[in-house]
Amino acid sequence: MAELRLMKGNEAIAEAAIRAGADGYFGYPITPQSEVLEYFMAENATERTGMVVLQAESEVASIYMVYGAASTGKKIMTSSSSPGISLMQEGLSYLAGAELPCLVLNVVRGGPGLGDIQPSQGDYFQSVKGGGHGDYKLIVLAPSSVQEMSDFVPLAFDLAFKYRNPALILADGAIGQMMEKVDLFEPIPRKTEITEPWAVKGKQPGEPKRTITSLDLDPYGMEKHNEHLQAKYRAMEENDVRYEAIQCDDAEYIFVAYGVSARICQKAVQLAREKGIKAGLLRPITLFPFPKKQLAELADRVKGFLAVELSAGQMVEDVRLAVNGKVKVEHFGRMGGIVHSPFEVVAALESKIINV
Amino acid sequence: MDINEIIKEENLVYRKSAVLNDKVFNFCPGCGHGVVQKLIAEVVEEMNIESEVIGVGSVGCSVLVYEFMELDVVSAAHGRAAAVATGIKRVMPDKYVFSLQGDGDLAAIGTSESIHACNRGENITMIFINNGIYGMTGGQMAPTSLHGMKTATSPYGRNEAMGHPIRMSDVVAQLEGTYYVTRQAVHTPAMVRKAKKALRQAFENQKLNKGLSFVEFVTNCNSGWKLSPIKANQWLDQHMLPFYPLGDIKTEGVIVTKDK
Ligand SMILES: Cc1ncc(C[n+]2csc(CCOP(=O)(O)OP(=O)(O)O)c2C)c(N)n1
Ligand code: SF4
Repeated sequence: MAELRLMKGNEAIAEAAIRAGADGYFGYPITPQSEVLEYFMAENATERTGMVVLQAESEVASIYMVYGAASTGKKIMTSSSSPGISLMQEGLSYLAGAELPCLVLNVVRGGPGLGDIQPSQGDYFQSVKGGGHGDYKLIVLAPSSVQEMSDFVPLAFDLAFKYRNPALILADGAIGQMMEKVDLFEPIPRKTEITEPWAVKGKQPGEPKRTITSLDLDPYGMEKHNEHLQAKYRAMEENDVRYEAIQCDDAEYIFVAYGVSARICQKAVQLAREKGIKAGLLRPITLFPFPKKQLAELADRVKGFLAVELSAGQMVEDVRLAVNGKVKVEHFGRMGGIVHSPFEVVAALESKIINV
Repeated sequence: MDINEIIKEENLVYRKSAVLNDKVFNFCPGCGHGVVQKLIAEVVEEMNIESEVIGVGSVGCSVLVYEFMELDVVSAAHGRAAAVATGIKRVMPDKYVFSLQGDGDLAAIGTSESIHACNRGENITMIFINNGIYGMTGGQMAPTSLHGMKTATSPYGRNEAMGHPIRMSDVVAQLEGTYYVTRQAVHTPAMVRKAKKALRQAFENQKLNKGLSFVEFVTNCNSGWKLSPIKANQWLDQHMLPFYPLGDIKTEGVIVTKDK
């Protein structure tokens, strides 16, 4: 049944996966997301629903276990944090190329390299631009609360199956580690029958065999496949953009932020308004597809945008592309695991956008 | 018997397995890969398990296995077939799952996935084509290349600085998770018959749920070795088999001890 609980983001996502009827989880420990696998084990997920939970020998193995298991049309997921997600990039490219639905969680930590274990949003480029090889996209959802860590699990699975494409939940160390009240949804039973016409199950008599591959040695065939993938990505942009607009209606200045940064910007909007600055917040929920149209529309009536990220400035590039030079777009970020304060954010709006 | 007699159905003694289709193999003439795929097809057909088999292809000369076999096949990335097979078998425990991998795939880039699938005792059949070289990419040195072996990346012969040939079957036999480990070859009719029995055993074992079955095939790569098919087979006998001796290495979970 539905239930109200105080949970860490990482625990909420594991509980949500159990409730969403996930069939399999394959993962490898890394801070700040190790609680995901720990929760599955402590909660006896396999006993609760029959789902498979397996600790893999590496993130490379995890993502290819996901690839194999997802080939059967079941709901499969993995999770990791930045260095581990880097190891998965080849696999993500293969999953996208072979058009396999799955769910990947990245609880981002400070980088580059081993970096640190504090919150960061430095993996935006890797997530939305395709960190692996070839022309592909992931569906990228950015939760900004523990509630959304739970809610986005069934949503991500739905989108992944709708488009036969991997979905990524891009969280950060703060959302993964913080505890909040979460309203857990009613459990969805695991699928008993796989109806996906592409899923392997053993060649049935009288039916054609099924093949999962991303290989086509014929370049014309490969180009066609790429065109098909691109058409899918355009359909995502057409139909599945998600965002939240907070006090944007009368705003003159817009913060653009996702994840934990959006939480900070919500406070910054309030502080700015107390100072008489009409600020609003546009929070992209899907980072791909990105709310380009919404930003372009806002650009016609506001005076400037400040992209607030825990990075050196990554999403700001997409904001600039959407705004297309109509008004000023600047970036304010902290790096290495430092989280900005709402006061810093307001000061940055003043110094970078308003008073120039 | 004249030809009309011979082609009568009741006189049929051999036919191509229906699990193999009529597409022409992409292998070089004389290559062992084709024989192994034929054996897999025959075993699957004889066990009558076509509808319960999911194959995992790898990257190497056998990459197009899904083209030739009338089976559901998932094509893995280079080195990752054991992880892909693990994922499939874990969520579909009632299916027969096999991986088909070359020595570069299984014993170099995919060593970790291979060792750990064996160590977990995944209830799958791993089929390992050891031709001592990277066939697909043009004959570069493999971890299995013999000492002194000339390849595209060891043109003056493999020396010690390039490492030593690895006997993967002996390595995985040490792991508790393997139930059956055997080394076979397919370049003579007698060997083919033996190899088929071993392969059948490795598939049958999946019913027991007692661990991983590992079948190595020591094969030729006449293109990579730059020898005619006949000379390649002779070279295989003279050089490969002394280093990679044939026979069962582990049966029913116990290492076979050779009487001295
Ligand atoms: C990540 C990655 N690295 C390298 C390659 C290139 N590559 C393709 S096949 C292969 C070696 C194949 O050799 P082996 O596994 O021994 O199989 P064989 O062709 O001899 O049957 C290599 C290095 C690749 N496809 N992917
Ligand atoms: S290159 Fe070697 S392994 Fe590949 S098909 Fe030719 S002979 Fe066989």
